[in-house]
Amino acid sequence: MDKGKQHGWLVALSLLFGAANAHADWTVNMREGVTEMSRQIYDLHMIIFWVCVVIGVLVFGVMLLSMLMHRKSIGAEPASFHDNTTIEIAWTVIPVIILVVMAIPATTTLNAMYDIGESDIDIEVRGYQWKWQYTYINDDPAKEVKFMSALLTPSEEINNLTPKREHYLLDVDNELVIPINKRIRFLITSQDVIHAWWVPDFAVKKDAVPGYIHEAWTNVIEPGIYRGQCAELCGKNHGFMPIVVRAVEQAEYESWLAEKQQEAADVFDIVGKEWTMDELMAEGESVYTRNCATCHQANGQGIPPAFPSLVGQGLAVGAIEAHIDIIVNGKAGTAMQAFGAQINAAEIAAVVTYERNAWGNNIGDLVQPKVIHEQLTGQ
Amino acid sequence: MSAVIEQHHDDHHHGPAKGLMRWVFTTNHKDIGTLYLWFSFAMFLLGGSFALVIRAELFQPGLQIVQPEFFNQMTTMHGLIMVFGAVMPAFVGLANWLVPMMIGAPDMALPRMNNYSFWILPFAFTMLASTLFMEGGAPNFGWTFYAPLSTEFGPPSTTFFIFAVHLMGISSIMGSINVVVTILNLRAPGMTLMKMPLFVWTWLITAYLLIAVMPVLAGVVTMMLMDIHFGTAFFNAGGGGDPVLFQHVFWFFGHPEVYIMILPAFGVVSAIIPTFARKRLFGYASMVYATASIAFLSFIVWAHHMFTVGMPLAGELYFMYATMLIAVPTGVKVFNWVATMWQGSMTFETPMLFAIAFVVLFTIGGLSGLMLAIAPADFQYHDTYFVVAHFHYVLVPGSVFSIMAAVYYWIPKWTGNMYDEKLGKVHFWLSFVGINVLFFPQHFIGLAGMPRRVPDYALQFADYNMISTAGAFLFGFSQLLFMFIVVKCVFGGKKATAQVWEGAHGLEWTIPSPAPYHTFTTPPKVDMSEAHG
Repeated sequence: MDKGKQHGWLVALSLLFGAANAHADWTVNMREGVTEMSRQIYDLHMIIFWVCVVIGVLVFGVMLLSMLMHRKSIGAEPASFHDNTTIEIAWTVIPVIILVVMAIPATTTLNAMYDIGESDIDIEVRGYQWKWQYTYINDDPAKEVKFMSALLTPSEEINNLTPKREHYLLDVDNELVIPINKRIRFLITSQDVIHAWWVPDFAVKKDAVPGYIHEAWTNVIEPGIYRGQCAELCGKNHGFMPIVVRAVEQAEYESWLAEKQQEAADVFDIVGKEWTMDELMAEGESVYTRNCATCHQANGQGIPPAFPSLVGQGLAVGAIEAHIDIIVNGKAGTAMQAFGAQINAAEIAAVVTYERNAWGNNIGDLVQPKVIHEQLTGQ
Repeated sequence: MSAVIEQHHDDHHHGPAKGLMRWVFTTNHKDIGTLYLWFSFAMFLLGGSFALVIRAELFQPGLQIVQPEFFNQMTTMHGLIMVFGAVMPAFVGLANWLVPMMIGAPDMALPRMNNYSFWILPFAFTMLASTLFMEGGAPNFGWTFYAPLSTEFGPPSTTFFIFAVHLMGISSIMGSINVVVTILNLRAPGMTLMKMPLFVWTWLITAYLLIAVMPVLAGVVTMMLMDIHFGTAFFNAGGGGDPVLFQHVFWFFGHPEVYIMILPAFGVVSAIIPTFARKRLFGYASMVYATASIAFLSFIVWAHHMFTVGMPLAGELYFMYATMLIAVPTGVKVFNWVATMWQGSMTFETPMLFAIAFVVLFTIGGLSGLMLAIAPADFQYHDTYFVVAHFHYVLVPGSVFSIMAAVYYWIPKWTGNMYDEKLGKVHFWLSFVGINVLFFPQHFIGLAGMPRRVPDYALQFADYNMISTAGAFLFGFSQLLFMFIVVKCVFGGKKATAQVWEGAHGLEWTIPSPAPYHTFTTPPKVDMSEAHG
């Protein structure tokens, strides 16, 4: 099928609605994507689309003709025909044939999608309210790379205080990096509510359901940066948990992976050293902004009653053990997550210290990363 | 024949009671029909105003008017109020007014229950709407209220939502039992099943769907209630439960529910098109069988709402094939309407305009539905604005247009006055243009990758969202004109004849306009000419 023509048709349709815009190129239709699977799906989509267009044109054409020719105002006399078994059988059987013809490529494509096969790399994708955690599964736990990936767009842009930059709402702090031409298996699950991990260019969309581990796979042909979003309503910030995948050559992937593995090793050194109050406060503020501010707000006031204020009340000004406990273990039945699995001991220590000493909470105490690390590891 | 043979043995029972109490205690099917219709219109405006909040926020990228937590309350309340408060009660209202008049019955079979089933609704919706003012806000988990977002993470008002749903369910079940009993027992002599107007047929089938699935909805919200308050874990994976179970149970209700909202619309359009084409409906029997087939299929396709939930291949294939099958009886219906128009002698009064727009725009929604049925392609469409465009095409220019068509078509019979034809046409064209500007661009932004239920979006979706919002306000405010036309018609206008429309057939056109308070107290004799036309 001639793709140029298809596009022309869609653009013409969009022009009907007065939207001649510069990026019409991919705002009117599905993207072809960068995997064999996504292209198969795109072709399937275009086939069904054209079948529907033809049916629509025929049905609406007959209606239009009838409305023009068979109107009382031009003296049309009503015919009296009704019930014709031949016609009725024809318009039952012909659609069935069309459906069977459509079902064949759909079945083939679906079969191919479900053929997970042997993968080169396994990545666990875990949904959290409202960010993703990626774990590069490795038989050697010391070499396992694990990180959180959250929205990078600052709240000033969302609240229209500063101009919106390119990739508004579609940028993350830590991208998922994968090599091209390798079969990547995603093991998708969730920590809290149902999310859906969707990258349109891969045609991969799978719900992340707590208690389930779903499989999906991809094999990217072209290097590039591919952006997607959470596709299942998951609470307040459902619109603010994008997915960014950078597909690179194998060599670049390997050096990136080695770097990440080194970073993980470095964390042990960071946790081990003695931190000053200023260091903890500085680190704490950045940890707070990334992890806590969406609910408890940058000024610590929260959005009561769902997200309580931390200023001058509650655990942030109470016993430090309980304060650490809620950050590490979360609070069941609320949006307060167990951050013990998401951020490292140094970050927990920093954010606890920060919350106890920011916004006029002058408790004055601090906690060392070492102490948190000992608690977490049960030493 | 005289349809208003009055016995005059006791005048007291024949006219409506005076004052407000008439409406509170009424057991008259016409009064109750009127109550239902006004109630549903009020809910339509309320749910519509929530939709305008949504569209206003989405006019531009960034957060301007509401915060995400309130936005989610708006999407949830919009869906719940439109489905349970606007569309369903409007069809029950039409059934109340029309079914007895169409089958030659004096009233609904269970008049007292009829009164209860209406008067439950204002309480149910007051309870639902009051959640907006509660601590923690209204339900914010979408009208599909997927667990565990609604159970473990929902606001405290979720409990009120559950009880409101229970009340709506009780009301619907009572209403549909009433419809079934009326149709099966109170038909005039000679009105055999296969002579009933299609509106009566579609409602009979709809009523069975309601009786079958409303208890399932009651079950799923009760399981939620148990999870929230009594420590069970039906849907909590942490307690051995299953969040996907929720979706199976919900959609086992939910899919028949969408046909509950469209089958009576088929009946309305099947009455209007023959009237204004001055030609008998092409295939009456095949329409009845197609309706029954759609109703049957509606029970076995529910998981096509769940293609991305991780079903096994066999499940995906089965639900894909079964869903595609629905296109066959639906196609039969569309072809029948087109064949009825063909070689007719058409005029284009407002009801006909709405009915033709229904056929065209419902078909567009049906075709995008066929695209969505293709499971591999659905991986790209699922939970995007493409889905939003699809179901709004079948629900707004589908169900809602058919309700408006029905009001224009039968209001001369109800009030005894003709509506203002010129204003009616203006209302139609404003609604028609508005609805297409509103929902057509949503196909594009959906295909381009905009997820649904988001309060903010990436910059490449900006243009079409702006257009869509403009359409929303045009459509929304046009409905105030609709209200004006209806009120004007209630209070005056050209007097309507009993026949009202030149080409209309059926028992309701044999009684005077306005229809007397009591009709068919003596059953009419039905011959072929008065049946379905």
